[in-house]
Amino acid sequence: MRSYGSPDTTHCAVEAAGITKSFGRSEVLRGLDLTIDWGEAVAVLGPNGSGKSTLIRLIAGLSKPDSGDIRVLGLDPARHGEMVRRAVGVMTHEPLLYDDLTGYENLEFAGRMFRIDRREERIEAVAGRLGVHARLHQRVGSLSHGLRKRFSIARALLHKPRVLLMDEPESGLDGRALAILEDVLTGHAASGGAVLFTTHDLDWAAGRANRIAIVGAGRVSNVFSGGDRAAARKVYGAHVKGPH
Amino acid sequence: MKSYFGAIWAIVRKDVMLELRTKDFVVSVVVFSLLVIVIFSFAIEPTPQVVARVAPGVLWTAFVFGGVLGLTRSFALERDGGNLRGLLLAPAPRDAVYVGKMLASFLFMMLVELLVFPAFVVIFDLPLLHPALILVAVLATLGISAVGTLFSAMAVNTRAREVMLPLLFLPVVIPVVIAAVEASAAALGGADSGEVLRWIPLLAAYDAVFLVACAFAFHFVVEE
Repeated sequence: MRSYGSPDTTHCAVEAAGITKSFGRSEVLRGLDLTIDWGEAVAVLGPNGSGKSTLIRLIAGLSKPDSGDIRVLGLDPARHGEMVRRAVGVMTHEPLLYDDLTGYENLEFAGRMFRIDRREERIEAVAGRLGVHARLHQRVGSLSHGLRKRFSIARALLHKPRVLLMDEPESGLDGRALAILEDVLTGHAASGGAVLFTTHDLDWAAGRANRIAIVGAGRVSNVFSGGDRAAARKVYGAHVKGPH
Repeated sequence: MKSYFGAIWAIVRKDVMLELRTKDFVVSVVVFSLLVIVIFSFAIEPTPQVVARVAPGVLWTAFVFGGVLGLTRSFALERDGGNLRGLLLAPAPRDAVYVGKMLASFLFMMLVELLVFPAFVVIFDLPLLHPALILVAVLATLGISAVGTLFSAMAVNTRAREVMLPLLFLPVVIPVVIAAVEASAAALGGADSGEVLRWIPLLAAYDAVFLVACAFAFHFVVEE
C-alpha cells in the first residue's frame, strides 16, 4: 500500500466554506462552514433532512456543491478526486457490500480497488480489530445488521485512510460493537487522523467527539466542545423540535 | 496506468465471482434467448427460404433483448447495498469503473452467445459456424455492451428502470443490429468471407466511437 506519511499539517484535514447544495427545489445546504483539524473527531448533529449525509457525500467527492469551497487535505475533491478518495474512508447508511460475496471477498475486492499491498494481512488485521474474524468466510447476506455494519466499518478502514467519514455509525450496533466503534473513532483521532461522524444521539457523540457541530436550516448553527453537553443539548433540542 | 487496469481487473473479477455464485446474468439471458428462438421457430413456416431470410434477425433479436435483461441485472447488483457508491469511492478513474462493468457484461454476453448459438443452428437447421461470424459476434457484442452499460447505469436509479433501459438502449444499437444481422445472413447463406467482412468496418467504427463516448459520459451519469 502507498504510504502517506504523517498528516499534512499545513492544511486542515477538511475545510468547508459557504457550501450550498440543492436537489431540485429543495435547498439542503445554505452556506455551511465547517473545519476539521488533524487529531480531531467532530460530530455533526441535526434533524432528519438537515444535510448531514449530503455533507459527507460532498466531502467524499461523490457530489459537487452548487457553490462554496471544499478542501480535503487542502485538495478540491472535484478536481483531485482520486487523491482525496485515497485519503478518505467512508461509511454510509448503506453497507457498500455485496450480499452474495463473503466478508473476506468483499474486503479483498475493496483492497484491490484501493491497490492495497499485502491485502490478506491487512484484511486479517482489520477483521480482528472489528471482531469479525470468525465471520470472514460467511456470505454478507446471511449476517445480522450489526455484523454487516462492522464489515462496513472494516471496509472504510481497510486502506488506512487519514480522514474518516461516518454516517450514523452507531445505529443498530450492540454494546460490544459500540465499544469497538468508539475505539476506532477515538483511536483514529488520537493517532493524528481526522474523523467526522453524524449522529442523532447527542450523549453518545459527546463522549467521543472533540467538537459537536449542530446543523440546522442548511448551515452549522453552533459548535460546542465535546464536554459542553448541556449547552449542545439545548440548541440541538430546539432544532429537532423546531419547524424545518 | 497500473491502477487503471488494476481497477478494471478487480471489477471484472468481482462480477465473475458474483456470477459464478448467483448465475443471474447467464442463466436468465440464455433461457430468454432460447425461448425467443423457439417461439419464432414455431411462429414462422421454417422453409429453407424463410429461414435464410428470417433466422439471423431472430438470433440478434434474441441476443439484444436478452442483453437488456442481463444489463438491467448488472447494475441492479451495484444499486443494492449502495455498491455503485462503493465503486465510486475507490481511487480509480470513473472510466475504469465503466470499462470494468462493460467488460464483465461483454464476457457474459459472449458466453450466452456461445451457449445459444448451437441450439439456434440445430433448431433452424442451418450450416455450422462460419469463421468470420466470430469476429462479427465479438464486435457486435462489444457495441451492445458499450452502449448498454452506460444506459443501464443511467436507468438504474430511475423508478421505471426496466422500461427505461430498453427505451434508451434499443434505438442506439440499431446500427449494430443491422450490421450483425446482415453479416450473419451472409455467413449463414454460404457467402464468402469477403461478403461477411464487409460489415466489420461499420461495427469497428461504432465500437470505437461509443466506447470512447460512453466512457467519457459515464463520469456525468454517476455524479450525484
